[in-house]
Amino acid sequence: MEHYLSLITKAVFVENILLAYFLGMCSFLAVSKKVDASIGLGFAVIFVLTITSPVNWFIYSFLLGDGALAWLGFPDVNLSFLKPIVFIAVIAAMVQLVEMVIDKFSPSLYQSLGIFLPLIAVNCSILGGSLFLVERNYTLMESTVFGFGSGLGWFLAIASMASIRYRLRYSNVPLKLRGVGITMLLTGLISIAFMSFGGIQL
Amino acid sequence: MSLLSKQSKNTVVDPLMANNPISLQVLGICSALAVTVKMDTAVVMTLAVIAVLSISNTVISLLRKMIPAKVRIIVQLSVIASMVILTDLILQAYMYDISKQLTVFVSLIITNCIIMGRAEAFAMQNGPWRSFLDGLGNALGYGLILIGVAFFRELLGSGTIYGFQVVPDSFYAAGYENMGLMTLSPGAFIILGLIVWAQRIIGKVEQE
Repeated sequence: MEHYLSLITKAVFVENILLAYFLGMCSFLAVSKKVDASIGLGFAVIFVLTITSPVNWFIYSFLLGDGALAWLGFPDVNLSFLKPIVFIAVIAAMVQLVEMVIDKFSPSLYQSLGIFLPLIAVNCSILGGSLFLVERNYTLMESTVFGFGSGLGWFLAIASMASIRYRLRYSNVPLKLRGVGITMLLTGLISIAFMSFGGIQL
Repeated sequence: MSLLSKQSKNTVVDPLMANNPISLQVLGICSALAVTVKMDTAVVMTLAVIAVLSISNTVISLLRKMIPAKVRIIVQLSVIASMVILTDLILQAYMYDISKQLTVFVSLIITNCIIMGRAEAFAMQNGPWRSFLDGLGNALGYGLILIGVAFFRELLGSGTIYGFQVVPDSFYAAGYENMGLMTLSPGAFIILGLIVWAQRIIGKVEQE
């Protein structure tokens, strides 16, 4: 249990997928202008990352990895070079599936998440999460926890950025620095704040 | 350059400064910054993006009349993903050390918004030669920022440029210290923010 707690703290604060690995920057910069949109997208990212990470773990462990096809009688086959293209296809399919399920069971949630779900299919943080769990040899449980933690970290980053930008409209930013420039500088400062969690071990 | 017509030349030169994909259109920052701690990884990443973007743009432009509009995104994505896998395998074969340092970031070129953006916005409407040039120009514009950020991060963070020490030993003896912050991720955000600011002042860009 403690192992998973420490994994989740690491994924949320120390190795935040946005602030330390720069993944998902495009939608972060575009969407953080509005607070409610950011929160909606943040929840969608948590949701999709938590689902796609274990699914991609299964795909990699039983179809793509070195010797993964042993259960079919092909112990020498190594399809791991197909990893990126298969992962992105799985992510797109999962997003589609999640969209249909949400539409069926919770139309109100679909209304609020709806427009963001297709965007997520090409969000680097989702593909990045899946690639990291292969890179770091996580087990199934670790992958799920890591996926959830990364999503939560992304959510925290975009929610705090959106609230800062909301406040920022009252401040006198130099004309040429407005927009991307000031957002990058602020992200840098948030990133420093998150780094101060560095030494924490649970 | 008499080899290129004026229009073709503009296709290449325009994205370098006046319409840079990263700093002005804000595309493709994902996966760009993580490789900018040292210049050598930034240069290799730039080469990978140049290869993927120019070839995938050419291929998509050649196929543009055959791709049905409804499934165009998935076709573009598979062309791009194949190019990325090829690039990744070539890097692993010939530059193993650097490909170890780049880890997942080469594969992440697939979700780089510049590549999809150029395929959708340019290669679907233009001929193969111009699409190739457009891909080349945008990848160079991307690389320019990437190498620029890496230059400052390596200079301030490690006192070296492309692995060679440039800050003289006498400085260190006099109490100069490398700025550790630059080798960590906040350094990349701050340097990029400052570069964007400088570019907007020089380039006299209209604000959104």
